[in-house]
Amino acid sequence: MTGFGGGAAIVGIGATEFSRDAGRSELQLACEAIRDALGDAGLEPAAVDGIVSYTVDPVEETELVRSLGFREIGFSSRVPYGGGGSMGTLLHAAAAITSGAAEVVVAYRAVRARSGASRFGGPKTRPSPTSGHSGTTAMQWCMPYGVLTPASWMALNATRYMHAFGVTNADFGRAVVQLRSYAETNPAAWGYKRPMTLDDHQASRWIAEPCIRMFDCCQETDGSVALVMTARDRAADLRNPPVVIGAAATAGLFEQEIASDHYRPDLAVMDGSVALARRLFDSGFRRDELDAAMIYDAFSPILLMQLEALGFCGPGEAKGFVADANLGLDGALPTNTNGGLIGEGYIHGLNLVLEAARQLRGTAVNQVAQARRVLVTASRTGAILTRD
Amino acid sequence: MVTADSAIYWDAAAERRLVAQRCAGCGALRHPPRPMCPVCHSLEFEAATLSGRGTLYSYAVLHHPQHPAFDYPVLAALVDLEEGVRLVSNLVDVEAADIEIGMPLEVTFAPTVDDRAVPVFRPAR
Repeated sequence: MTGFGGGAAIVGIGATEFSRDAGRSELQLACEAIRDALGDAGLEPAAVDGIVSYTVDPVEETELVRSLGFREIGFSSRVPYGGGGSMGTLLHAAAAITSGAAEVVVAYRAVRARSGASRFGGPKTRPSPTSGHSGTTAMQWCMPYGVLTPASWMALNATRYMHAFGVTNADFGRAVVQLRSYAETNPAAWGYKRPMTLDDHQASRWIAEPCIRMFDCCQETDGSVALVMTARDRAADLRNPPVVIGAAATAGLFEQEIASDHYRPDLAVMDGSVALARRLFDSGFRRDELDAAMIYDAFSPILLMQLEALGFCGPGEAKGFVADANLGLDGALPTNTNGGLIGEGYIHGLNLVLEAARQLRGTAVNQVAQARRVLVTASRTGAILTRD
Repeated sequence: MVTADSAIYWDAAAERRLVAQRCAGCGALRHPPRPMCPVCHSLEFEAATLSGRGTLYSYAVLHHPQHPAFDYPVLAALVDLEEGVRLVSNLVDVEAADIEIGMPLEVTFAPTVDDRAVPVFRPAR
């Protein structure tokens, strides 16, 4: 069961500014975003009895409770997989709410991915204190070889994908140009008023050849976002229209690791996203009735690979799907309309859920007309959000 | 970085031997090493010496960001060994421009700063 009968909804969203140096702690950033999300919902802190997060979280739940004045937490969880688990917060919250384990659940992420002690994209040479594995698995199998960064882990998969289907870095670049076009009009985005052409993309320096240039990477960002979720039937009493969690799922496969995911037989296909899509669309939703998608784009290659794995086009066809402008507002699947993690910023994925909520409320900067169903995914976790 | 579960691999590498875990219960090879066989749940295993021959499954020429312990560009590789085990490693004795997916490779060993060694791969001779 992935739909929970649509019994849970996002009723509040909150965010800090996104920057390269927030000048304050992750805990403070999280408190600000959660406070704003509760205000957006019209709920008091004492109403919160559930907290969900995902791994590589620098903020302790108990510190949030003490800071925000929550009274009694009946449900808490962390989804595995780091950023790939970000959308799993929707499954955990919906499961808690519809089972009765919690009534009001907060999900959040706060990062100092740019100004913090360790830049998100920088070399990882020791296990992180919060995750044990710096957000991935099997680090020791990469470290002796200088394969130390998220871009380097991803690149080993992306090169195989390019080889399998005759994809070039310019094919990735066309997706980035679309994302940056969205970001150009989004005042919250790093890419606001920063136009970028395919030539600019192709002139940017190599991070990992032949697949990832600088402009293929998401923006390491400081900031926080938060969601408040509760039962759909309670939403009528609240301040904003509910964004219903129509379906939610996660998929973790036998041979799949986290960011250093190098041991599945065929790395040209994102098997975890294939399994995720099966679970999501088993709920009865159809791909062709989606009005927009928010797809985890830590690096541009995985945007194309997920379009294929999720079934929006066949294997190897994403480059054509992108080149035909299908990710644009007039395309078949407007995608990452905030600019994505590449154009808006990298709040470890969760900022994509806020954009989906804005689309369904009709308040997005790059609004899809009459948006009623929006997909959010992060590799192996995802949800379909709807409005009444 | 070496753990109780991974010592079987790195200790052999320090002696310039390439091994993988072989389950003593069902004979399945596995890598990276883990304490339990996912096929038969046996906790018994041995270090199977591998031929060191394989092909290049994928690669990346790493330019940025840089860490002082490495020379750039780093030639990162995924190697499919003929026994069916895949490794993350480096390519040596090859120029970046000459790297091709599918090229035959053979193991050699590169010394580490702590006087041990790690398996790396060069074009097969």
